Amino acid sequence: MELAKIAFFLIFTYFLLACALLLRPFGKPAVSDMDEYFILNAQREAASNNVVASIVFDYRGLDTLGEATVLFAAVSSIVLLFRGAPK
Amino acid sequence: MNGSSVIVKVVSLAIILPALTFGLYIIAHGHLTPGGGFQGGAIIASALAIFLVAFAKQASKTLRKNLLSALECLALLGFIGLSFLGLGKSFFFNFLANSGLIFGQAVPFGPNPGFINTAGVIPLMNFFVGLEVSCALTIIVLTMLKAGGDKK
Amino acid sequence: MIENIHFIAVALLIALGIYTLIFKRNLIKIAMGISILASGINLFLISLGYRAQGIAPIFTNAAIAASEVQAKMVLPAPQALTLTSIVISLAVTALMLSFAIIIYQKTGSLDATKSRRLKG
Repeated sequence: MELAKIAFFLIFTYFLLACALLLRPFGKPAVSDMDEYFILNAQREAASNNVVASIVFDYRGLDTLGEATVLFAAVSSIVLLFRGAPK
Repeated sequence: MNGSSVIVKVVSLAIILPALTFGLYIIAHGHLTPGGGFQGGAIIASALAIFLVAFAKQASKTLRKNLLSALECLALLGFIGLSFLGLGKSFFFNFLANSGLIFGQAVPFGPNPGFINTAGVIPLMNFFVGLEVSCALTIIVLTMLKAGGDKK
Repeated sequence: MIENIHFIAVALLIALGIYTLIFKRNLIKIAMGISILASGINLFLISLGYRAQGIAPIFTNAAIAASEVQAKMVLPAPQALTLTSIVISLAVTALMLSFAIIIYQKTGSLDATKSRRLKG
């Protein structure tokens, strides 16, 4: 069992390192139409200087809504977990 | 839960107010500079966590869990309601941008010195999300501080 | 080789997290491993979007001309997704630590193998 764990870990680490070495070079990202559109049109459409803020709250606002829901669910489950704990 | 020594109390008093101000600055300038609702909310929550650790007795009276959770729910409801207000065009539509109303100034393309009265609903959403995140993290710290420890 | 050092750091961070998940039994150490894993994935997302000699995608007082904005700015979409990912990993960490507190109070130990029974 221990040997299988070690073998799995070594194979997985080898896979990760091989992927890291074979990945596209750092500093030359794949050209993406979406990112160019965001950079060129964020000031005109969302009137925001911060392109990341315009993506987070305007273009992909549904992501932010889901993420706020995740945070709310975590908080309410933590409060629920410690509900019966003695004061 | 007895609070800390005098040194910790004095130093935390010197830290808390600048940290709260810095968090509010980060939230208010979220559409112009790096930062935004999450980051400013995390800064405010860490200032409140310092307050909780240093002044445990006074903090349990002023920072109550019911008030914080009510504020968090109100902030989340404001966020969702603000996104529903743009429903004439689409969900999460930025209906205030370039409209001439509050935060409605148009921005010229290219680098500029930054105008605070821009970006439509983004500053309002930053405010709501900052309130929500700070209240959520403070509730987490408060709950784990009260219920944690060796009770066995 | 040397220009991919960020991706090698990502691989080492993820391998460290997986090592902690496989070989450690302490619940606090497992939570730390998952946090390291999340940090590795955040670093991966950020370094995928980096452009050589780029600046942050923020127009306030940017030190470039308006014509070369498209070629000089870092890709903004991975940064927005990383912002989401950071908050979610924070929620996961808080939930894991409170489960660890509850399990320690119920069973008296932090060993993951000793808390197999689900009834308190």
